Amino acid sequence: MDDAKKRQLAITATRVRMGILEGVYNAKSGHPGGSLSIADYLTYLYFEEMNVNPKDPKWADRDRFVLSKGHCAPALYSVLAHRGYFPVEHLSTLRKLSSNLQGHPDMKGTPGVDMSSGSLGQGISAAVGMALAGKLDKKDFRVYTVLGDGEIQEGQVWEACMFAAAKKLDNLVGYVDNNNLQIDGTVEEVNSPYPIPEKFAAFGWHVIEIDGHDFDQMEKALAEAKTVKGKPTMIVAKSVKGKGVSYMENNVSWHGSAPKQEQYDIGMKELGDALAALEVQVNG
Amino acid sequence: MADVVKKATRDSYGAALVELGAKNPNLVVLDADLAAATKTGGFKKAYPDRFFDCGIAEGNMISLAAGLTAAGKLVFASSFAMFAAGRAFEQVRNAVGYTHLPVKIGATHAGLSVGEDGATHQCCEDIGLMRTIPGMTIINPADDVEARKAVFAAAEFDGPVYMRFGRLAVPTLFDESYDFQIGKGVQLAEGNDVTIIATGLMVGEAIKAREILKNEGISARLINIHTIKPIDKEIIVKAARETGAIVTTEEHNIIGGLGSAVCEVLAEVCPTPVIRNGVEDTFGKSAPALEVLEYFGLTAQKIAAQAKQAIAMKK
Repeated sequence: MDDAKKRQLAITATRVRMGILEGVYNAKSGHPGGSLSIADYLTYLYFEEMNVNPKDPKWADRDRFVLSKGHCAPALYSVLAHRGYFPVEHLSTLRKLSSNLQGHPDMKGTPGVDMSSGSLGQGISAAVGMALAGKLDKKDFRVYTVLGDGEIQEGQVWEACMFAAAKKLDNLVGYVDNNNLQIDGTVEEVNSPYPIPEKFAAFGWHVIEIDGHDFDQMEKALAEAKTVKGKPTMIVAKSVKGKGVSYMENNVSWHGSAPKQEQYDIGMKELGDALAALEVQVNG
Repeated sequence: MADVVKKATRDSYGAALVELGAKNPNLVVLDADLAAATKTGGFKKAYPDRFFDCGIAEGNMISLAAGLTAAGKLVFASSFAMFAAGRAFEQVRNAVGYTHLPVKIGATHAGLSVGEDGATHQCCEDIGLMRTIPGMTIINPADDVEARKAVFAAAEFDGPVYMRFGRLAVPTLFDESYDFQIGKGVQLAEGNDVTIIATGLMVGEAIKAREILKNEGISARLINIHTIKPIDKEIIVKAARETGAIVTTEEHNIIGGLGSAVCEVLAEVCPTPVIRNGVEDTFGKSAPALEVLEYFGLTAQKIAAQAKQAIAMKK
C-alpha cells in the first residue's frame, strides 16, 4: 500500500475515533474500548474493501457486514456516517430517545446496518445465513463479520463456524477482535479462549493473524482470503482496547463506560492532534 | 363421524413444504437433525439443494434463518417445539422478533401428545413464550387441512410466524373449501348457553364435548382459534356477550396460552366467566399420547364438565 493511501486511511480512522467518542460522551453510556479497537479495520472494510453504495443501502448485490460484537455499535455508526450513509452530526444523538442510533445495531432503523445484533454469538450465525443465501442465488457478494474475543466463549459461535465450514462458505470473512479484555477482566482470567487461531483452524476455517491496526496487513489478509476456495476465513486481529485515547488503552474499565467532560476533552485533543499531524503530512 | 381420516399435522407440514417448494424456487428449509420426525424429509428428498441440515444446533439455525431471510430467501426453520421455542427462545426473540424478518418457524411435537418421550420433550410452554415476543404471529392448526393452509398462508405473510404442529394423528375435521385466514377465528357451531373456544388438536375434543352438552340440553357455541396471536378479539367478545360463559381448551399450559389470551381480551372489554381446560401448570409424563391426554384431563368429558362450571358462574 502506498503511503498516501495509508495516510488517508489513518485520517479517516482518526475521524471515526472522534465520532465514537462524540457518541459515547453525549450518550453518557456505551462501549468506547472495543469500538476503538475495531476502528481501523472497520474503516478499511468500508472505505477500501466492501462493495457498497451509501445512496442505496439495501442494494441486493452489496457486500454485507454484521457486527457480531454489537455493543461496539458506536464504531459501526461512526464508519457508516463518515462513509456517507447519514450525517456525521447524528453521531451525537447515540442512545437518545429521538435517535435512530440504538445502543446496539438495529437494521430497521439505521441506514447501512445489515443485521440487528448485540446478543453475543448471534451475529456470526446471521452472517453465515447471508453467505449461504449468496451461494444459493449464485451472487458474488461477500459477507464480513466482527466477533469479540470474549464473544467466542458463546457456544453458538462454534455452531455457526461448524456449519460455515461444512457448507464451504468461502464468501464469508470473520474477524476476531483480539484485544484480550472483556468486562470481568482479561479473556484468559475469565474463561480462556486461547489458542484462538488453532480453534478456528480445527473448525475448518482458513485463519490469518494480523495486527488489527496495520493497514498493510489488513489489505494482504483480505487479498489472501479471496484466494481461499471452499473455506471461510477468520482473521484474528490483535488489537488494543481503547486504541487512540491514551487513558483508555488496555484499560478494561473503559469497556462499557463513558468519559466525563474533562476526559472527553483530553481524548478529543489527542485525536485532534493526531489528525492534524496526519493532515500536515498530506498537505506538506 | 364415520370413517374419520386421521393425520398428524407434522405430516401436513411436510407435505405442504413439498408442494410449496414446487411453486416457489426461493424457498429454503432448515432442520436440526430431526428431518425424519418433523417431516421435512420429503422436502429434503425433492429439493436437496434447498434443504440444509444445521445439525443439533437450534440456536444457530434460527439466527442463520434470519440471515438467509435478510438476504432475500423464504425460510422455514424446523425443529421440535421444545427446541425451536424453548432452546432457541432468545434467538427467536432477537434475530427474528426484533428484526421482524419474515422467518417461518415450523415447530412440531408440541404439547403432551408427544407421548412416550415424556416431559423433557412435551412442550406446553411454547405458545406462552412466543406470545411475549412483539409482532410474532402464532398459528396452532387443528387438522390436516388447516395445517396445510396455515403453511401456505404463512409463506405469503409479511412477518415472522411460529407454527405449531403435533406428532399424534388427529381426525381431519375440515374439507378443502375451508376458509383459512391468519388472525381470523372460525365459528364451527352456533350455541347460546356457553362458548367452547378450542385450538389445535383440542378442537376435535371440543366437537365431542358439544355433543355431550347437547345431549344434556345445553347449547354450546364452538369456536376454533387457530391464530393465537394476533387473536380474533371480535369473535371472542361477541361470543362472551351472546353466551355469557366461556370454556377454553388447549394442549398447553393454561398459563400463557389460549386460555390466558382469551381472559386478557375479556377482562378488558367484557368480563365474563372463563374456565380454562389445558395443562394445569405441571410437566407431562411418559405414556402413549391418548393416555397422557386423558390423564391430564384434555378430554371431551372434562371440557363438558368445565362448560357447566362456567355456566354456573353466570350472574
